[in-house]
Amino acid sequence: MLGGLTNFSIRFVKEVFLPPYEIEQIRKHMIELGMRTLPIVGVTGFIIGLVMAMQLSPVLKRFGAEAFLPGSVGISIVRELGPVICALIFAGRVSSGIGAELGSMRVTEQIDAMEVSGVNPFRYLVVTRIFATTFILPILTVYVIFISLIGAYIAVVLVQNMTWAYYLDRVIFSVEFGDAIPGIAKTFVFGYIVGLVGAYKGYTAENGTEGVGKASTSAVVVSSLLILIFDMVLVKLTLWIWPTVK
Amino acid sequence: MVEITDLHKSFDSNVVLDGVSLSVAEAENMVVFGRSGTGKSVLLKCMIRLIEPDSGNIIINGKDVLKLSIKELNLLRKDIGFLFQGAALYDSMSVKENLEFPLIRNFDLDQKEIDERVHFVLEAVSLLEAINKMPSELSGGMRKRIGLARSIITKPKLMFYDEPTTGLDPITSKEISVLIIELQKALKMTSIVVTHDLLCAKIIADRAIVLEDGKIVKEGRIDDLTSSDDPLLKNFFSDEIIENNGSMI
Repeated sequence: MLGGLTNFSIRFVKEVFLPPYEIEQIRKHMIELGMRTLPIVGVTGFIIGLVMAMQLSPVLKRFGAEAFLPGSVGISIVRELGPVICALIFAGRVSSGIGAELGSMRVTEQIDAMEVSGVNPFRYLVVTRIFATTFILPILTVYVIFISLIGAYIAVVLVQNMTWAYYLDRVIFSVEFGDAIPGIAKTFVFGYIVGLVGAYKGYTAENGTEGVGKASTSAVVVSSLLILIFDMVLVKLTLWIWPTVK
Repeated sequence: MVEITDLHKSFDSNVVLDGVSLSVAEAENMVVFGRSGTGKSVLLKCMIRLIEPDSGNIIINGKDVLKLSIKELNLLRKDIGFLFQGAALYDSMSVKENLEFPLIRNFDLDQKEIDERVHFVLEAVSLLEAINKMPSELSGGMRKRIGLARSIITKPKLMFYDEPTTGLDPITSKEISVLIIELQKALKMTSIVVTHDLLCAKIIADRAIVLEDGKIVKEGRIDDLTSSDDPLLKNFFSDEIIENNGSMI
């Protein structure tokens, strides 16, 4: 499967630069995928922020460091929790959807019909979706980070008497440029993985409806796993090329 | 128009096409018969390179299909229509968008010309009222008709039909077969039809071939084949007659 994914990825890179550029399709997919995921990542982000602050509060209190709560929560969310949680939810929602959609098109010969009509189905169906997931996930991640910080603020207010302005000031003071940029940058890779795996599984689906089910399920499993593996690699890489974040 | 020589195709150890050779003249309607799994659909898909054959030659309109680049192949495909077994309508597009799709992507037409062609083909298949419907709102017969409309909207010179009447009731099957032959005559197309349906074949075919174990075992006029004393043909066509007339079972 890794060989297939690699070849699929190489084909994407080759075809993405060739005309015709399906701008309208990319825009449509970005809006559709973004809107489809917005509510679930928002709710998840809010709860994660809230729970994170609730968990950290007594721990920091034990060390007499309650004042660091906004900063600690902010850094955790911006550097790791926001991007990874958002990517995993996105993978569950979008990768399976793309796998099922393209898988269904494959087994009902819609992809063949497109090819026969002289249209390159890879460019029309695959390139546009991978492009859309790559660029919509970072936007969703910024949204999740913001919602998580609101969730965390509610938890902070429950234990400390702190205004929103002061809380935000503490977060902004603590979170450095070097925390935010790598955190957001890696979501481009996660978005690419979600689109690539979903499209690969769907595009190569076979054996009728059973194959569509398998494509959808394995798209989630493989993309989630790859997100976590690449997260590990990218964190190490970031710390190596960007020592200021140490 | 179509010339196939010694075509071979295997999937692992399963030999599907074993040296198929045939020719189809311009404006001729040829039917390909054969039991399930004898390679009829594979033959059709090899002709248009949806499946790459292992060896052999395919000449369409004087062009060696297997030697064409993707760009040249796509140019050739503009002259070919293909009606898939399940019609293969794009689920996410309305009927109108399905019909417009090949025109917008491949032809330099303005919106007025596209609208005219869409209306023309919908009238030809008697489904003008379905123009704004989604494929999920259509019955099996309607889907086939829209699939047919989408195939002919580019005014192809050559049409491939993969089981055009499978899954339809006998009355709708006959309607589709009649529609195919009417469009055939009106647009002066050459056609290759893969089917099990004897009635459909009798309506459409000028000539028929029978595939068995990846080889063409019989070829001739449909009446000659159905009245043949050959045990294989007798067996095949008697099964077909029973299959196509459920009440006789």
